[in-house]
Amino acid sequence: MNDLIFFFNQVMIGGVVLGSIYALGAVGITLIFGILRFAHFAHGDMMTMGGFVAFVLATLVAGMGLAFPLPTGFIVLPFAMVIAAGIALGIDKGFYAPLRARGARPVTLLIASIGVTMMIQGLIRLFFGTSTRSFFDTEPKTLIRIDVPIEGATRPISFTEPQLLLVILTLIAVVALHFFLTRSRLGKGMRAMADNPDLAKVSGINTKQVVRVTWIIAGGLACMAGTMLALDVSLKPDLAFNIVLPIFAAAIVGGLGHAYGAIAGGFLLGFAETMAVFNWAVLLRPFRDNLPEWLEIPSSLALVQSEYKLTVAFIILVVVLLVRPTGIFKGAST
Amino acid sequence: MTTRYIAAFAGLFALIVTVAVFMGTPFTVRLLVEAFAFALIAMGLNIQWGFGGLFNFGILGMMMVGGFAVTFVSFPVNMAFWESDGPLMLGQTLIAALIGAVLVFFAHRVQRFGITGKWRGTVIVLAWFIAYVIFRSQMDPAATYIIRESGWVGGLGLPVILGWAFGGVLAAGIGYLVGKVSLGLRADYLAIATIGIAEILRAVIKNVEWLTRGTLTVSPIPWPVPNPQAWQSWGADPTTSFIYARAGYLALVVAFVAVALFLIHRAYNAPWGRMMRAIRDNYIAAGSMGKDVTGRQLEIFVFGSVLMGIGGAMLVSFVGIYDPSSYQPINHTFIIWVMLIVGGSGNNFGALFGGIFIYIIWMLSEPLSQALFQWLSMFSSDMGWGRIPDIESRSVQMRVFVLGLVITIALRFAPKGILPERVNRNG
Repeated sequence: MNDLIFFFNQVMIGGVVLGSIYALGAVGITLIFGILRFAHFAHGDMMTMGGFVAFVLATLVAGMGLAFPLPTGFIVLPFAMVIAAGIALGIDKGFYAPLRARGARPVTLLIASIGVTMMIQGLIRLFFGTSTRSFFDTEPKTLIRIDVPIEGATRPISFTEPQLLLVILTLIAVVALHFFLTRSRLGKGMRAMADNPDLAKVSGINTKQVVRVTWIIAGGLACMAGTMLALDVSLKPDLAFNIVLPIFAAAIVGGLGHAYGAIAGGFLLGFAETMAVFNWAVLLRPFRDNLPEWLEIPSSLALVQSEYKLTVAFIILVVVLLVRPTGIFKGAST
Repeated sequence: MTTRYIAAFAGLFALIVTVAVFMGTPFTVRLLVEAFAFALIAMGLNIQWGFGGLFNFGILGMMMVGGFAVTFVSFPVNMAFWESDGPLMLGQTLIAALIGAVLVFFAHRVQRFGITGKWRGTVIVLAWFIAYVIFRSQMDPAATYIIRESGWVGGLGLPVILGWAFGGVLAAGIGYLVGKVSLGLRADYLAIATIGIAEILRAVIKNVEWLTRGTLTVSPIPWPVPNPQAWQSWGADPTTSFIYARAGYLALVVAFVAVALFLIHRAYNAPWGRMMRAIRDNYIAAGSMGKDVTGRQLEIFVFGSVLMGIGGAMLVSFVGIYDPSSYQPINHTFIIWVMLIVGGSGNNFGALFGGIFIYIIWMLSEPLSQALFQWLSMFSSDMGWGRIPDIESRSVQMRVFVLGLVITIALRFAPKGILPERVNRNG
């Protein structure tokens, strides 16, 4: 039974946490792709930047001597999201809007987003250095343990408070996004523009406003993902740059431009990664005594070594691109 | 147009002379060697993106492969490995891999036996899985054995130039596979597919310790020309020995770049180049004129990869150390893109100019921003605000910002680059 709980802690909880992060990032990427038709590479660094904005706010709040029952980084998140959304709008105005106005190709915008990536990263390192920071220097990180009321189970199911908050926030964000896209006038306008920009324009949708709202949502979600990731692990300048590719993989696997697909893709990749590095021999150990002599359980039955954890996402990406380039749900195409 | 070329290259020359005056000759020669190697890689990207319109974000992978190739070929032989059972076990691994390959090959042709649709998919997945298990069952013990008995495989002890050539060949092979897999995709997807494959390559090269020593790094990798130690043993004093040795290396690299530039420029002006541009500008029209679009794109992808592999190999043997964990997307993929875009994509001289110019800017942003910060810091302490802390570590980070700024400015105000492609409409 303990082995099963170990499996649950490692694979299920790990997968849900990783999947939530991927999903939050991938939704932003997929929205930008759907509306503006380009792969926004700077999204990972917008996540990192959001994390740093929240960190600065949290430090300020902690400096005022305020204490909360929840992590301070989580309390300041709404304000950080507003600031991050503002910065996202500014980035669009400064770097992407002039190129769009010139009628540049999507590839040019993609290269511009690389430039933005480097600028954000350079600035973050300039102001904060390369060191690793933690939101939990001044307050403890709460660990939640749930004892399993089954005989023979001594190991509890355990996860941290930020992980729980992350999953709850992801759920709220997904549901809110769903209602926004299907019920509100603006959300419907966004979907219309994702389907056919010209038709949306002639039917009187304010496309400029749609673009603005897209950046606000994407910036806010990126900030949320970055802060929650930083709360779960730690805050460093290459926090999200390292996972921007798996996030892209999630968006593509789900079908670029397809918001629900991005969420599904994120969780799919999250679980795939944790399952691929899990040592399956652990689950076979209880049957060790019942097996015949010749069948010995090897000490490691992981599908790949843990160094290759991120590689799993890329392999799935390449296979999906080969077999079904539009993603598991049919994505947008141009 | 010619004046623009003269102005650009004269400006570049003046910049190099200024650098030499302020930073000293040994530093400048080193800078130039690396800049020319990067220019060669930028020319490779120019073939792919400028001629063929193919998006490649996997430059890092090609450079890593080239670096591995030259390390493997030119590093001295490791007798401990060849005298152990290592080669035998690697042979078994190869056989296992072949068995797996045959299995997968037949699984893909299973529809001939009447198995189609979902069943065919199942069989293919199963075959891949079994092949993977067979391969791992031989590979893992072999790797553990080699690491325990002899550390790693070692090199072949052959001339460095052969290693560079092998780097080109290996990169061509990888380029062929990458192209075969991903060339049917649209630009954005192609970018992400290539970057994904490069990341897979990076993870593999970093972790196959028995073959590349992974994070333990390999050094010293021999030079193709007499190195500073050799010059010192012939009686040169340390500073001069560095200048002589690096100048010899620079001559070799410049010769390579010159030959490559000559050949590429001929190809660009030849019917072959015209066909490539036709495919780039309108592949549907080119296809309907009877050009084999996919085949030609694959060809161009492989050509570009060769130059990237050779450039990566040159850089590794110059530095003398192969460290897989030193490869970063910003330093090895994005910077090449900045070089090409700023220099002028589609123009070979633009790629050459951009490669050298951007590399100098990249290397100089650190001392320049350090000076700037020092100045600002003096100003702020005069005003009573205190000094700026950690100036050294902060100014290292400035170059990433400068690179980003350069590319965004270039895209906005000079999207065709400093030396734009010449479009000859009536030739």
